[in-house]
Amino acid sequence: MSLAIDQNALTARLAKAERRGKIRAFLLVAPLLAFVLLSFVIPIANLVTQAFYGDLVSSNMPKTTAELATWNGTMPVPESLCESFVTEFKAAKVKDAALPTRIATLVNREFSGSLSKLRPVANNELSAPYCGALAKLNDEWTKPEIWNAIKIVSPSVSPRFFGSIRPETEENKIHLALFGRTLYVAAAVTLFCALLGFPIGFLLAHLPARTSNLLMIIVLLPFWTSLLVRTTAWIALLQQNGVINDTLVALGLIADDQRPVMMYNMFATFVAMTHVLLPFMILPLYSVMTGIKPNFVRAARSLGATPFTAFWRVYFPLTIPGLGAGCLLVFILAIGYYITPALVGGQSGQLISNIIAFHMQKTLNWPLASAIGTLLLAGVLLLYWLYNRLVGIEKMKFA
Amino acid sequence: MKFLRPNLPVYASSLEIAWYFIFRAICVAIFIFLLAPVLVIIPLSFNAESFFSFTSGMLKLDPAAYSLKWYRDIFTNGMAAPEAPFSLAWLADSWARSQWMLALKNSVIVGIFATLLATTLGTLAAVGLSRPDMPFRGPIMGMLISPMIVPIVITATGMFFFFSKIGLAQTYTGLIMAHALLGTPFVVITVTATLTSFDRSLIRAAANLGANPLTAFFKVQMPLIMPGVISGGLFAFVTSFDEVVVVLFLAEPEQRTIPRQMWSGLREQVSPTILAVATILVILSFILLSSLEISRRRLEKMKLEPSA
Repeated sequence: MSLAIDQNALTARLAKAERRGKIRAFLLVAPLLAFVLLSFVIPIANLVTQAFYGDLVSSNMPKTTAELATWNGTMPVPESLCESFVTEFKAAKVKDAALPTRIATLVNREFSGSLSKLRPVANNELSAPYCGALAKLNDEWTKPEIWNAIKIVSPSVSPRFFGSIRPETEENKIHLALFGRTLYVAAAVTLFCALLGFPIGFLLAHLPARTSNLLMIIVLLPFWTSLLVRTTAWIALLQQNGVINDTLVALGLIADDQRPVMMYNMFATFVAMTHVLLPFMILPLYSVMTGIKPNFVRAARSLGATPFTAFWRVYFPLTIPGLGAGCLLVFILAIGYYITPALVGGQSGQLISNIIAFHMQKTLNWPLASAIGTLLLAGVLLLYWLYNRLVGIEKMKFA
Repeated sequence: MKFLRPNLPVYASSLEIAWYFIFRAICVAIFIFLLAPVLVIIPLSFNAESFFSFTSGMLKLDPAAYSLKWYRDIFTNGMAAPEAPFSLAWLADSWARSQWMLALKNSVIVGIFATLLATTLGTLAAVGLSRPDMPFRGPIMGMLISPMIVPIVITATGMFFFFSKIGLAQTYTGLIMAHALLGTPFVVITVTATLTSFDRSLIRAAANLGANPLTAFFKVQMPLIMPGVISGGLFAFVTSFDEVVVVLFLAEPEQRTIPRQMWSGLREQVSPTILAVATILVILSFILLSSLEISRRRLEKMKLEPSA
């Protein structure tokens, strides 16, 4: 009996010790976890909510928002809606002179031309009946489109910003096209990196250690060199009067007035991105290839396989883990690429990250930037999850 | 050259020998693709003209076609009296006013603090993550590595919104936090990798000999994982030193770093000064890489010696 009690006490003490160990391990991680939460996870979550949430209209025009929610889209709009709209819109101007324009800009994004119809409402004296007064201001107020636009922007929580990515107007088509172009560029760059990285990985893995260490420096030097420096180098090489064009002209291969345009276009984006991302392909390939025993290929050869068959049927399948890891990593990094396309891509070589920065800095349409960013983030996280499942993040190496 | 001499077996067919040379040629071409862009900027930075290309004088090795003026420009651009004779006052003027000196100061300050923060937090976390009793290791590891994977524009945008709210935008603190965040995944990965080869019974032995956990960590574990910590720290510093997007979104003009200065140089007034700066950076990264390689070899020797 006493033994059983001792055993229970022992189990309890062991459990307690284990729990203490767990807490101790967690406490070591906790500072970084808190730091990542504060400076990364919360800001990103905040960005995602920006894509769904905007209370400019609902907080300043609550009655209008409520009435529009019940409005079924038929004309004429009820007089009560016209009244709350006009009074609240005017009240907004009293609160902050810039508010009506900000609201009007929002509506204008949904139905272009609204800006000039909304502004006079704040600036003119209007009296009841308000629907009639609005109609006198502008004919558009008797049509459903503008009311619909206000209805779209009024709720505080809605997926409306994703609507801007729908290809309905010329202006919006560019977003969908950019997603397509980004996927295409990322896939092509991954393919180029695989084609160029495979022979290098193979060579490095099968040379004597001394030579391969030396050659590894050639792979790692660009890797450790500043991205801006490498981009500068490509500008010097590829531009109209750059080194490559000058050399081709000097060699007489092309005429001086027929220099090919290799800079500020898609070609430059391809070349520079392949150059920058190639080491990310070579390193995992190299580490997998050094682990492949030469016996396998020798056995295949002695069993009568031609060199090609031995390579294709025996060696190549063994490199798939490295090739997959490299491709996935290069693809993930490529779809979010910003600096290189921004500097060498010109108009035709821009990617989805560039349009996010464009909306952040130039058009100041932050909800739209957030919406595009959220879509990109979802895609990257999906690929990251896949990478983690197939390869494992602990396996990532850089030197 | 041994590199080119086929060490193929005697029974290799002529096709195989041909392929051997073709393969080597392909590899040489790819190595040129990798290395040439980095090397070509070095001679270009000594151009006497303001071109991004070789002038005919340079090709004829005419000394007059080469000059150090773009290196001089790094120091003088922005100075109050750049034409003054070289003196202490000139140096002080350059140190205080040159655009590139300002950028260098910002880069070094932000880089050092970000590295210290990232290395401390990252090493602690890696030690915790490699303990066998760490709960939720997979998801937590995934989250700690994600700053490296999430596109930098998204990270910078999120930080811009959030840091503006809490008053950290356009401050050195905010910039250092952001750069430290981007460096932590590298520290976590390299230190965790070092810890996988760490023998945990050494800690138990230390405890057995009367060391408390803190002493055991600093006297036993820390020295053994130091190479991993140092290379993680170097990665964190290089990450910060090379970062431009967060600076674009978060920093004010007075806080511009070297990459930010190069960025505006490439977008606005393209001058070979950038090539001179780039050359200095290439030489720095070569020194960095070589010292890493030397320390790695020394470490391998150290590992081999006890068993030999």
